[in-house]
Amino acid sequence: MTFDWALVQKAIPLLGTGLLTTVKICLLAMLLGIVLGGALGLGSLSRWKPLRWAVMAYVDFIRGTPLLVQIFLVYFALPVVGINLPEFWAGVIALGLNAAGFIAEIVRAGVGSIESGQSEAARSIGMRHSQILFHILLPQSLRSIVPPTTNELITLVKGSALLSVISVYELTRAGQAIISVHFAPLEIYLLIALYYYATISALAWFSRYLERRLPAW
Amino acid sequence: MNVESPVIDAQGVSKAYGDREVLRGVSLSVGEGETVVLIGPSGSGKTTFLRCLNRLETPDAGLIRLRGEPIGVDESGRPLSEARLAKQRSRFGFVFQRFNLFAHLTALDNVAIGPHRVLGLPIEEARARAREELARVHLQDHVGKRPSQLSGGQQQRVAIARALAMKPELILFDEPTSALDPELVTEVVDVMQELAQSGLTLLAVTHEMRFARAAADRVVFMDGGSVVEEGPPDVILGNAREERTRKFLIHLHE
Repeated sequence: MTFDWALVQKAIPLLGTGLLTTVKICLLAMLLGIVLGGALGLGSLSRWKPLRWAVMAYVDFIRGTPLLVQIFLVYFALPVVGINLPEFWAGVIALGLNAAGFIAEIVRAGVGSIESGQSEAARSIGMRHSQILFHILLPQSLRSIVPPTTNELITLVKGSALLSVISVYELTRAGQAIISVHFAPLEIYLLIALYYYATISALAWFSRYLERRLPAW
Repeated sequence: MNVESPVIDAQGVSKAYGDREVLRGVSLSVGEGETVVLIGPSGSGKTTFLRCLNRLETPDAGLIRLRGEPIGVDESGRPLSEARLAKQRSRFGFVFQRFNLFAHLTALDNVAIGPHRVLGLPIEEARARAREELARVHLQDHVGKRPSQLSGGQQQRVAIARALAMKPELILFDEPTSALDPELVTEVVDVMQELAQSGLTLLAVTHEMRFARAAADRVVFMDGGSVVEEGPPDVILGNAREERTRKFLIHLHE
């Protein structure tokens, strides 16, 4: 067995194009996931029961179904009800909606882990539910929210490989295209793995940097 | 003491958790400028009663009035909106056994957050008020510290300043010294005595008999979810009528 270094050299820029798409999709999906997940997380802490139930049902659905099926739902099922999304945006939305469900749960758990005396003291000076949430509980729970959120974003990056099945020309798909022409699965899949590993390492580094910057008390 | 127009007037307050009755129709009122000390064995319902007054707990029955205004319900007995209830709570000060200072804020902002967020003072004005109240509890040199950098006694004094900064009509103390190391009790009790002497209206659950003797106008003994007897400190602490009260005080002194 020989390792085809010439092909590896040729593949590096080709996979780079795929990686660029992966990064674009993931950044947009992270944005959607964090914004929507944060909002849903706050919704799950609302005083209004129907909203809490709606969020719980959403989180339950996301947790209880495979990401691949969620991608198919967005890409193949939405057109049936008249919503046609190009594969790039279908990918962004599917990954974002998925991450939002998990991030909502992380926010809820993070805020819930703050000792009850904190909100009691805030109630005792006449603060309202929303003020307690924003000025007392959320600032204190940031530190416990950031690490699991990073894990979730790492999962999102890995999950983006599934978008190859709806022919988004992202990293995995770009590699498959090379393999189908040159038949060099060992070289190309190793290279793909390396690209993902580097991307995720960068994300993990950024998260540790952020954690260090968060105030401790 | 002005019995005709009490600051707080609780009538027939009852509360049960499941089938465990914690309060069985407790009635108590505290007059303007009065200091009342509430004592009793653990499980007698003192803390629950205190928490019912400012509606940290919702009583099952009974009516509580703050300067004549029903707490937590309107005149026809319907529960108040969250906003109106929060406004009523801001008229009480509450000092917790475990301080419950906001862990992410400095001493200064722990005290300023109420005047700023609840009373709507501009932040600089709220901080100025916070500095005054921290000086009143002798912590002017610690304003920039976070709770984790303060001793238990200092934390409790910040918590007292936090309550004072809301200019409450009545301050409730829930065993404010029982989570403190013995050598830190004095500094908190001293501050409480100063507050009592300055004419504030205080209701304190505490077993600091030194405070009760020096500062209380009245001592109330509770047992089994009811008020057993009440009277001036020298009578209750020295010459109680009820057997249960005397027994409790003997245990306390052992």
